[in-house]
Amino acid sequence: MAITEDAPPGADERQPVPPPGADERQPVPPPGADERQPVPPSGADERQPVPPRGADERQPVPPPGRQTPRLDSPLLLVLTLLLAVLAQSPIRGLLGTPLMQSWMTVFVAVTVQALPFLVLGVLLSAAIAVFVPASFFARALPSRPALAVPVAGVAGAVLPGCECASVPVAGALVRRGVAPAAALAFLLSAPAINPVVLTATAVAFPGHPEMVLGRFLASLLVACAMGWLWQRLGRTDWLRPPEHGTHEGATKGETFWNAVRHDTVHAGGFLVLGAMAAATLKAAVPAHWLGAAAGTPLLSVLALAVLAVLLSICSEADAFVAASLTQFSPTAKLVFLVVGPMIDLKLFAMQAGTFGRAFALRFAPATFTLAVTGAVLTGAVLL
Amino acid sequence: MNRQAQAAVLFLLGGALLHAGTTDLYLRYVKAALQPLLLASGAVLVVAALATAWYERRRARRGPDRHHHPEPRISWLLVLPLLALILIAPPALGSYSALRSGTALQKPYAYGALPAGDPVPLSVVDYASRAAYGHGRSLHGRAVRVTGFLALDRAGHPYLVRMALNCCAADAQPVKIALTGTLPPVLRPDAWLEVTGRFTPRLTHDPVNDGPVPYLEVTSAKPVPVPRDPYDETWNN
Repeated sequence: MAITEDAPPGADERQPVPPPGADERQPVPPPGADERQPVPPSGADERQPVPPRGADERQPVPPPGRQTPRLDSPLLLVLTLLLAVLAQSPIRGLLGTPLMQSWMTVFVAVTVQALPFLVLGVLLSAAIAVFVPASFFARALPSRPALAVPVAGVAGAVLPGCECASVPVAGALVRRGVAPAAALAFLLSAPAINPVVLTATAVAFPGHPEMVLGRFLASLLVACAMGWLWQRLGRTDWLRPPEHGTHEGATKGETFWNAVRHDTVHAGGFLVLGAMAAATLKAAVPAHWLGAAAGTPLLSVLALAVLAVLLSICSEADAFVAASLTQFSPTAKLVFLVVGPMIDLKLFAMQAGTFGRAFALRFAPATFTLAVTGAVLTGAVLL
Repeated sequence: MNRQAQAAVLFLLGGALLHAGTTDLYLRYVKAALQPLLLASGAVLVVAALATAWYERRRARRGPDRHHHPEPRISWLLVLPLLALILIAPPALGSYSALRSGTALQKPYAYGALPAGDPVPLSVVDYASRAAYGHGRSLHGRAVRVTGFLALDRAGHPYLVRMALNCCAADAQPVKIALTGTLPPVLRPDAWLEVTGRFTPRLTHDPVNDGPVPYLEVTSAKPVPVPRDPYDETWNN
C-alpha cells in the first residue's frame, strides 16, 4: 500500500504542522541539524520534491542530542485537543451564527455519512492488497487493456456503496498490477451503476424507468470512454508511483492493519478537505441562482453539471436532489446524475491524495467534459 | 503525524462515531438507516487503532526502527470533524437553511387513508401534498395536527417547516406550510411547534423555486421539544 505524501522521510516527526497559533511553541531546530532538509515554508510541504532515491540509507540515525525538546505529533495532538477544550466557549460563540451553524452541520454530516463507506473501501482495498494475489487479476481480466476496460466498468456494479469506497479500491487495483485504464473505468462506474444507487434512482423518479436506464448506460459509457482515453493518452508518470514495501509488516495481519490505518487517515484527511469545500458552497451559494439558469437548455445543463461538482452529494442520495430540481429538463437532471458520482470536490481531493495531484488535475476536467457529453447524448436518445 | 498519533486519532474518531451512533446524535446529520454502518465503522476504527498500538509496541521491542517512512500530514484535518462532533455537536438544519432553498414538495402517487384520531396527526410532507395537489379533498374537512419548526421569511410571514432527508444533511430539503389563523403572539424562528388547524384552499408559491406552499388555518399551537429524528425520512421508505 503506497499512498504517501511527497515529504522527505522522517520529516513529519520533526516538523509537525502546528495548529493555528501554535507557532510560538515550535522549537527551533539546533543549528546545523537540518542542513540537508531546510525547513519548508508553511504550506509548501506537499510540493516539496521527493529526495533522490537512496536518501533513506543516507539518513543518519539521529544523534542523541536531537532528542532534546521537540514537539512530536502525539504531544501536538494532546495540546490541540486540550486547547480546543479550554477555548470551548469562545469557539462556540464564534460558531453561533446561523450561517456557521449550518456550515458545521453540513460539514459534520458529509464526513459522518462518508466515513462508513470510506472504511468499507479501505478494508476492501487492504484485503485486495494483502490477501488477493496479483495473478488473480491477471487471470480475471482480459489481457488486452481495450477489452479489460469494459469488463472492469461492468464489474463496478458489484461494489455497493457511494464514491468514497471506490477511490481506495481503485488505488489498490492499480498497485496490484491491474492496467490503470481498467482500474479507472472501475473507479468511475462503480459509484453510479451499483444496484443500491440504481434502486435509489428508481425510487426518486417514480414512473420514469428511462431515467434509471439512462443513468446506467450513460455512466457505463463515460467510464469506458475515460478508460480508453487513458489507454491512448495517459502516461504512467502522471500517476503517483506505487512504492513497494512501505507497509510491509512481519505478518499478513500487520501488513493489513498498517494499510487500513494509513489509508484511513490519508484518504480521511482528503475527505475532510472535500467536506469543508462542499459545506462552504452549500452555505454560500444562493439557490435562486439556479432558477435563473433553468430557462435556456445549454445553460441548464451546465448549471446542473457544475452544481453536481460543487455539492458533492453521495451518489445514493443525489437522485432525490435531482428530482427536486423541478424547473430543469430531464436531460439536465441526467447530467447531474452522471457527473456527480464521477467527479466532485470531495472526489477530486481524494483522487489527488490517492493518485497524485498531477493525475487529478488532468483527470478531473477530462472526466467532467466526457460525462457532460455522454449524458447529453444519452439524454437526447432516451429521454 | 506519527503512528502513535494516528492511532490516537483513529481511536477518538471511532469512539466519536460509536457515541453518535448509540445516542440519537447521529440523527441530526444522517438518515436513521445508516446507524448499523456507523457502529460497524466506529468499531473498525477502534480496532485499527488498537492494532496499530499493538504492532507499534512489538516493533519497538524488535529494536530501533530505521524504516521511518513519511506519514501523511493531511491526516491532521481529521481532528476537525472530531472536535466538531464532540465539542460542538451542531444542531440539525433549521430555518436558515430552510429559507435558502425552495420547497421540495412533489406530487404523490396516491393519498393513503387518513390515520385515526381527532385531530388527525399528519406529517408536514403529508399535509402539504394533500393540500397542494389534492385540494384538501382527501382531508374530508377534518382537523389536522402537524409538527415542525418555525421559519419566518423577510416579511415576517410564518412557515411551518420540516427538512426532508434522503441520506445526510447535505441533501436535506425543506417542505413548507404557510401558517395563518390564531398564532402565538411571539414567534421565534427554529422553535418547534405542534400546530392544530384546518385546511384552507389558499396557496402561495415559494419565492426560491416557485414550488407550491399550501396554507394551514391554525386554531391552536403549542411549543414541543425537538423530536428524536428532526428530519422527515418518509421518502426513504
